[in-house]
Amino acid sequence: MSPLAALLSPAHLLAANGLVLPHVNYTAIMPELILLGGMLLLLGISAVSPRHLPTQVYATATAGIGIASLIASLVLWHDVQKGGPFSAVARAVDIDGFATLVLVLCSCVVILGAFFAAGFLEREQVQGVEYYALALISASGAMLMGSANDLILVFLGLEILSIPLYVMAGLDQRRAASGEAAMKYFLLGAFSSAVFVYGIALTYGATGSTNLASIGSFLAQNVVVSNGVLLGGLALLLVGFGFKVAAVPFHMWTPDVYAGSPTPAVGFMAAVAKIGAFGALLRVLFSTFPTLRTSWQPILWALAILTLLLGALVAVVQRDVKRMLAYSSINHAGFILLGVQAGTSRGAEASLYYLFVYSVLVLGTFGVVAVVGGRGDEGHGIERYRGLAHRRPLLAGSMAVLLLAQAGAPFTTGFFSKLYVIEASIAAHSYALATVAMLSAAIATFFYLRLVFAMFGERAGRQASVAVPVAPAGAGAPGGAAGQFPPVGTLPAGPAVASAAGVLTLERAAGLVDPGRAEAAAVADDDAGPVVADADLQVSPWVWVGLALCVGTTVVLGIWPSPLVDFARHATLLF
Amino acid sequence: MIHAAFLIPLFPLVGFAVLAPFGRKLGRPLAGWLATAMVAASFVVTVLVFAGLFQRPPADRSFTQHFFTWLSVDHLHVGVGVLVDPLSMTMASFITGVSALIHLYSIGYMEHDEQFPKFFVYLNLFVFSMLMLVLGDNFIVSFFGWEGVGVCSFFLISFWFDRPAAASAGKKAMIYNRIGDAGFLLAIFLVFERTGSVTYTTVFARLGQVGTPSLVAIALLFFLGAAGKSAQIPLYPWLADAMEGPTPVSALIHAATMVTAGVYLMTRINPILHLAPDAAHVVAWVGAGTALLAATIATSQDDIKKVLAYSTVSQLGFMFMAVGVGAYVAAIFLMLTHAFYKALLFLGAGSVIHAMDDEQDLKKMGALAKVMPVTAVTFLIAWLSIAGIPPFSGFWSKGDVLENAWTLTPALWAVGAAAAVLTGYYMGREYALVFLGRRRWVERRPVAAAGPAHGAVPVDADPGAGGARGTASTGSERHHGEEGLHPHDPRWVMRLPLLVLAVLAVFGGFINLPFHPSFVFLERWLDPVVGASLLNHHYSTGQQWAFALVDAAIAVTGAGSAYLLWRRRSDRPELEPRFLAMAWFIDWSFDHLIARPSTALASFTAAVVEGRVIDRAVDGTAGLVRSSGRVLRRIQNGYVRSYALGLVAGVVAIVAFVLSRAGV
Amino acid sequence: MSVHASWYLVLAAVLFSIGAVGLLVRRNVLVMFMCIELMLNAANLTFVTFSRALNDIGGQVAVFFVLVVAAAEVVVGLGIIVAIYRRRVGATADDAHILKG
Repeated sequence: MSPLAALLSPAHLLAANGLVLPHVNYTAIMPELILLGGMLLLLGISAVSPRHLPTQVYATATAGIGIASLIASLVLWHDVQKGGPFSAVARAVDIDGFATLVLVLCSCVVILGAFFAAGFLEREQVQGVEYYALALISASGAMLMGSANDLILVFLGLEILSIPLYVMAGLDQRRAASGEAAMKYFLLGAFSSAVFVYGIALTYGATGSTNLASIGSFLAQNVVVSNGVLLGGLALLLVGFGFKVAAVPFHMWTPDVYAGSPTPAVGFMAAVAKIGAFGALLRVLFSTFPTLRTSWQPILWALAILTLLLGALVAVVQRDVKRMLAYSSINHAGFILLGVQAGTSRGAEASLYYLFVYSVLVLGTFGVVAVVGGRGDEGHGIERYRGLAHRRPLLAGSMAVLLLAQAGAPFTTGFFSKLYVIEASIAAHSYALATVAMLSAAIATFFYLRLVFAMFGERAGRQASVAVPVAPAGAGAPGGAAGQFPPVGTLPAGPAVASAAGVLTLERAAGLVDPGRAEAAAVADDDAGPVVADADLQVSPWVWVGLALCVGTTVVLGIWPSPLVDFARHATLLF
Repeated sequence: MIHAAFLIPLFPLVGFAVLAPFGRKLGRPLAGWLATAMVAASFVVTVLVFAGLFQRPPADRSFTQHFFTWLSVDHLHVGVGVLVDPLSMTMASFITGVSALIHLYSIGYMEHDEQFPKFFVYLNLFVFSMLMLVLGDNFIVSFFGWEGVGVCSFFLISFWFDRPAAASAGKKAMIYNRIGDAGFLLAIFLVFERTGSVTYTTVFARLGQVGTPSLVAIALLFFLGAAGKSAQIPLYPWLADAMEGPTPVSALIHAATMVTAGVYLMTRINPILHLAPDAAHVVAWVGAGTALLAATIATSQDDIKKVLAYSTVSQLGFMFMAVGVGAYVAAIFLMLTHAFYKALLFLGAGSVIHAMDDEQDLKKMGALAKVMPVTAVTFLIAWLSIAGIPPFSGFWSKGDVLENAWTLTPALWAVGAAAAVLTGYYMGREYALVFLGRRRWVERRPVAAAGPAHGAVPVDADPGAGGARGTASTGSERHHGEEGLHPHDPRWVMRLPLLVLAVLAVFGGFINLPFHPSFVFLERWLDPVVGASLLNHHYSTGQQWAFALVDAAIAVTGAGSAYLLWRRRSDRPELEPRFLAMAWFIDWSFDHLIARPSTALASFTAAVVEGRVIDRAVDGTAGLVRSSGRVLRRIQNGYVRSYALGLVAGVVAIVAFVLSRAGV
Repeated sequence: MSVHASWYLVLAAVLFSIGAVGLLVRRNVLVMFMCIELMLNAANLTFVTFSRALNDIGGQVAVFFVLVVAAAEVVVGLGIIVAIYRRRVGATADDAHILKG
């Protein structure tokens, strides 16, 4: 070996300084590598291609990369189920059932996100590879958060997740709102990151390590002298996570960012940020700080209650669908917190299940919103949805399924997701929390159904619903609602019953509905705006594929829930 | 072979799943053929499974095919699976068989309807739901099917929903059924509370730990559900109104299958009824009362389908009578034969209505036997069968019910016998008015048909004319030219079901003959399911002959008197008292005794309780929601600094909390 | 002369608070961003202090990661801020409040 080569060899340099390079198990980080490698490939292609490639090319490639990483994740899942969990890369990465489920989830989000973005970017004539590259980086960050076994790595994952999202929020430079959203998201996100890092520093100071497993065993074996520092660190970590998942009072960026960002990016960031942050939160709390349960459970209890209530209450008064869905996503975060707060493996399982369900629902819902928003991505008032079912029955039907699932209607995955987190909460004796959750579900049903009513309501001078014989006017409001959804009120399930009751109460009292004429009035209330021209509602085949996947999973797994439930169960068995 | 049971409900479900999005593209008549093929395939599978089950030893003729767990919370486990046993397979085979025939018939009957594909979407969904109801291995799946058929029934009654009568009939059916469903649900809750399970086999195995009062309550609540679905006192009036739906729907849902779901349910829970004889007797007497009451009403109806509707209610009463005395085999036997002849009657009536350009008034028909020979002969067979003339199927099944009623108490038998006499009578009256006598449609038709017959006038514009049937009538013009109607037998897709059902109506009775223990095929077949709780009283052959003779005499009395009275005359007001034509003023009394006082009470409470108390509470709650939403959204003021302030406030609060914990 | 470790920690906490308060009271987006950098460096100081006190190299390694992340944030943050300024020169954080409610 020539002296020069020896000098340049990093191994030699490091060995000379007594450093040992860790062994890197590349299979353990294969999904992340696939996403990042694919991202580089995309950037390379776009750099060398002589002219702008159509956005569909990038969408196809992104979906392909997502599928590849999905396969890699499933291989890891298989390995873990067979050979048990293992640590890799100097114990910084933990591959267990939980981590692999997060990997699978992120891969699915990448695939779906590519579908919904393609149609949107084409319509808005946004060319280039940036959106897809950012999405891939962001998803790899979420993956890292899910499998990280070191607080520093969690922080890195958090930033890899967040920084592309800041850019995605501001990607639509023609709209001032997009820039504002990016600025708000960035400032507040960086602020919360700083808080998070400070939390890591304090935790490190109190326990002497940033490795999650080491901290956990340290806490199990020692009495911490500087308890205040440790608890302060934990509190700041919770704040960082709380910001990412949009828990009240750290939620305030959410409505503005969701309202301002390009619509498909909203669905993507809502899904991927929640997966990453909740993945890391669950791991940190359950495997590292179980000994401090008495300290973090009350905090999460309060956060969950505030999040559930504020999300539902403020969503009721929104007239902008994107803002409404933003508050609804805050409400959903509260539900997921329910499972975390329970502090049991059942709770973790319920939270994971909820994450999967929520990701699919939110991506699909925002996919439809992106279509309805029309050219320019500005038409998000609820009046745009009036009579949508008559013009676009399939689109409105898909949206209705997704919204009903978000409301927790039976025979959708949304029903089980709410059921399981509430069950976990009750099993953990958090009765008050479970009650609040059910109440908030009842309130939330109102604004979901309001949108459904707007879509399916009668348009002036037109025949009633196309698919269902609607009883003529004069059917009372309760009869109308009960007649439309007979199974909702009759199934013996808490959320559904609470929802049905809640709708009737709120419908009337929110002043939107005259007792006599439920749908008509709900729609009349939304009569203000202009009706969208049909030509403006171009649905690209990509969106159809994505919607078919979302609606299909929601309904099929809602009727036949065992596969996904078992998946989540196996993922958390290993805690 | 029996492991193919999952295919039975799957085929109609696939049909529904394909037709719901693509039915419109398939169009007429392809959508109808697809739906029919799916149900026919289901029937074939059912027969194969049936045969497979038959080859097993009797003790081994029950097995559960578990598909997946739908819900698992605490110790409530709701699986989705099918229970294959003689009872469910008997039900499934006649449901799929009759459904296939009626699907076929509908291709002809609905051929001119604008909503042709949608009709078959609902029909397939109905068959799927009905099969889930009878095949389900637990109460929840059955309840799912129960609600499914209810919804389909609602959709199909209101199929021509632009007609107010159809729309309100759908609502009426829905509301009556909701009352019953409440009973069903409460019964399920009670069963779960007492036995900790909702699966049939487990529940029945744990009945020993349930006290008698609970069993009586459970049985009566289930009966409330059954009474709603099967139109028993007091929840029967909806069925007459349900005739607003297309005639194939009346035949399939409101005669042959759905309305018998209540009888199936009561037979399924026979172990519970067996342990709660008080509840069983209530069932028997309500059934007998319904049988007689509905039969009296049927004697004075002028609408061809209303007669059949009340006849159905009456026959269902017979079935509940049988269930109540513990004669489950007789109930199922009557259900089967009733499905054949009642479906036949409805389809025949449908052919007549179709041929008469949507005329349903018996008084405007007559002498159709000459022009519609196939319909007339099959209708005649159905009449003789329902009347109980030997050796038609109704003779054997009704005889079986009456014999068992006698065993409990002769009084019950007497009520049943009276209803049986009336059965022969009212059906004979209908037959005579439709197929015999003078051609009254020739005299009246030109006047009535002047408006709608000539095309250009919108049909709905003339509510007085017989043609005000919305979409269905638009295509019927081919039946009459310039000079009026030319009624004739329908084409083969409608004729074939008539013939098949006629054969079944004649010979269906031979599946369970008296006189010798080796003839009771159905009883031996159902023995594994109901044997333990069956009313066990065997009469000597001589006594059985006596019963048979009395039954025959009853039938001949009823049918013969009708023939003599109505053969030539269509106008006998003395035999059609107003209180019968008005159905004992039941609707009127419900209106005056229940609806109006309730409405009055409701207006009072609306003004006082609602306005002052509930409204304020409700509005207050929602107002609170809304105003708190308004206040809270004000926090979201758009300034990033205040958002950061919120964040900092949260940090401070949480840190303060943990530090107070840490005791710093 | 050696300064006790707790003084460094207190200094870091003070820096962190100054950064947080600065974010709340300043309107210039650039200055707000600098405040965040201040907070990050307060965290870094804490890391280093603990690293010394615990005699563990891990804390100092963490600082490098935080620095890299901070640099990445600067890149993206400046890009966003420039985009805002392009729309309106001299815009403050308070000028951007079309999204609210």
